[in-house]
Amino acid sequence: MPKVTFIEHSGKEHTIEAAAGVTVMEAAVKNNVPGIDADCGGACACATCHVFVDADWLAKTGKAGSMEESMLDFAEGVTELSRLSCQISMSADLDGLVVRLPASQH
Amino acid sequence: MADLPETVVIIGGGQAGAQAAMSLRQGGFAGPITMVCDEAVPPYQRPPLSKAYLAGTMGLDRLMFRDGDAWAAESVTLKLNCSVASIDRAAKSVTLTDGETLSYGALIIATGSRVRNITCPGADLKGVHYLRTVRDVGTLQADFAEGKRLVVVGCGYIGLEVAAVAIKQGLHVTALEAADRVLARVTSAEISNFYQDVHRAAGVDLRVSVKVEGFEGEGSVTGVRLADGTLIPADLILVGVGILPNQELAAEAGIICTNGIVVDDNARTSDPSVFAIGDCAFRPLALYDRTGRLESVHNAIEQGKLAVAAILGLPAPALDTPWFWSDQYDLKLQTAGLFNGATKVVIRGSIEDRKFAAFHLDADNRILAVDAINAAPEFLAGKQIIGRKGRVAPEVLADTSVSMKQIAAQTA
Repeated sequence: MPKVTFIEHSGKEHTIEAAAGVTVMEAAVKNNVPGIDADCGGACACATCHVFVDADWLAKTGKAGSMEESMLDFAEGVTELSRLSCQISMSADLDGLVVRLPASQH
Repeated sequence: MADLPETVVIIGGGQAGAQAAMSLRQGGFAGPITMVCDEAVPPYQRPPLSKAYLAGTMGLDRLMFRDGDAWAAESVTLKLNCSVASIDRAAKSVTLTDGETLSYGALIIATGSRVRNITCPGADLKGVHYLRTVRDVGTLQADFAEGKRLVVVGCGYIGLEVAAVAIKQGLHVTALEAADRVLARVTSAEISNFYQDVHRAAGVDLRVSVKVEGFEGEGSVTGVRLADGTLIPADLILVGVGILPNQELAAEAGIICTNGIVVDDNARTSDPSVFAIGDCAFRPLALYDRTGRLESVHNAIEQGKLAVAAILGLPAPALDTPWFWSDQYDLKLQTAGLFNGATKVVIRGSIEDRKFAAFHLDADNRILAVDAINAAPEFLAGKQIIGRKGRVAPEVLADTSVSMKQIAAQTA
């Protein structure tokens, strides 16, 4: 199963197996990774699952879509690595993905 | 350091209860947590029930917050298909309907709400549905088929979302509302009119200001009789006329209740060891200098976190502006704030292009609420401004040549 590593703002790492098709957000929430709130459960309605995709992986995850981009525009500390993790689906291609979490989702 | 409880019992396995359990573990609580859930399945998200889950595009596995065994891995004991019969506050224990007694150091009541039942003649006929649980959706789906005639009674969010899914699946849909517009309890006429037009354009026979006399049929429902004598043929009915807070358990234990279980800023009830969170709680709404009940994911999450912070002696999380969303057809509605008390509505963007927001302002131009349709910047910037009780002149809000980011930055 593809693996994804979450690095908390404190530096603490969580590596989790996530089936293909499951979103990065779902992988975090189902495994109680702190730092991703995902209040809306993946409806792209709340912008509380912000992550920074490790630069090496950006080509594979792709960039944010237009709705996602306008949501991200209001998140804290956005960079060109920013994505909403509910909009990234895991796949074999993303095995080993690393994402970093912001200090806060609010 | 607070006096930490040895055990926490959570009554209810909805969004609020699940949040509390997760926040307890994330906050370092290591003692036993028992969550008493009256449904057969582990805690799951309710919002998709009237959207993707009903449409069949999202399965139960993705609906659930955690995989079934993940709760046990976190040492959270789930008691499924199980209810609490009574709370003994003096003994700090709850008795379950199966006779078992659980002691608690802190008790979190997250009993949520139940659908308001319609009481007209024929209300118990086969084919009359409500939508609150996965089980409800299962029985509704069994009657959902192309060509069937669905009558929706009550045009709140549940009724309208079900109508949208049904139209997409080829059902014939009639939607009935007693008030003179849809969504009247939660938003302004501008948004109501927009959604009425959207549903009618999609093929829904939507009627407002109608009174239902009763449901007709022998055994199974065959039609809805209106007060003016009209008979609307129906193969199935979806009733969505609101919910009632599940507060009886608390009230019977002598905890102060009104329209919901009364709590303070920390989600604490009149008993310092007992908390109430989510739909069932009647809470301070600091932003609006009043109290009330909120039926939303935001509220369930926020109060779950507030209760846990109080239990663990951690700093209370900052309060968020109330927010909500609804998906109908290709439209994403995002709403922030509470519109009650608004005296004017400012439209920003194009209603025709289905990309706009309705800002609800009071007499002093303070933004009380925003309903944003396919308009994320209006929602997010509006939410920020509402959270700091900001005022914006109507002509500034309506001017789309100024970005919402700029407007938010200019609003103290």
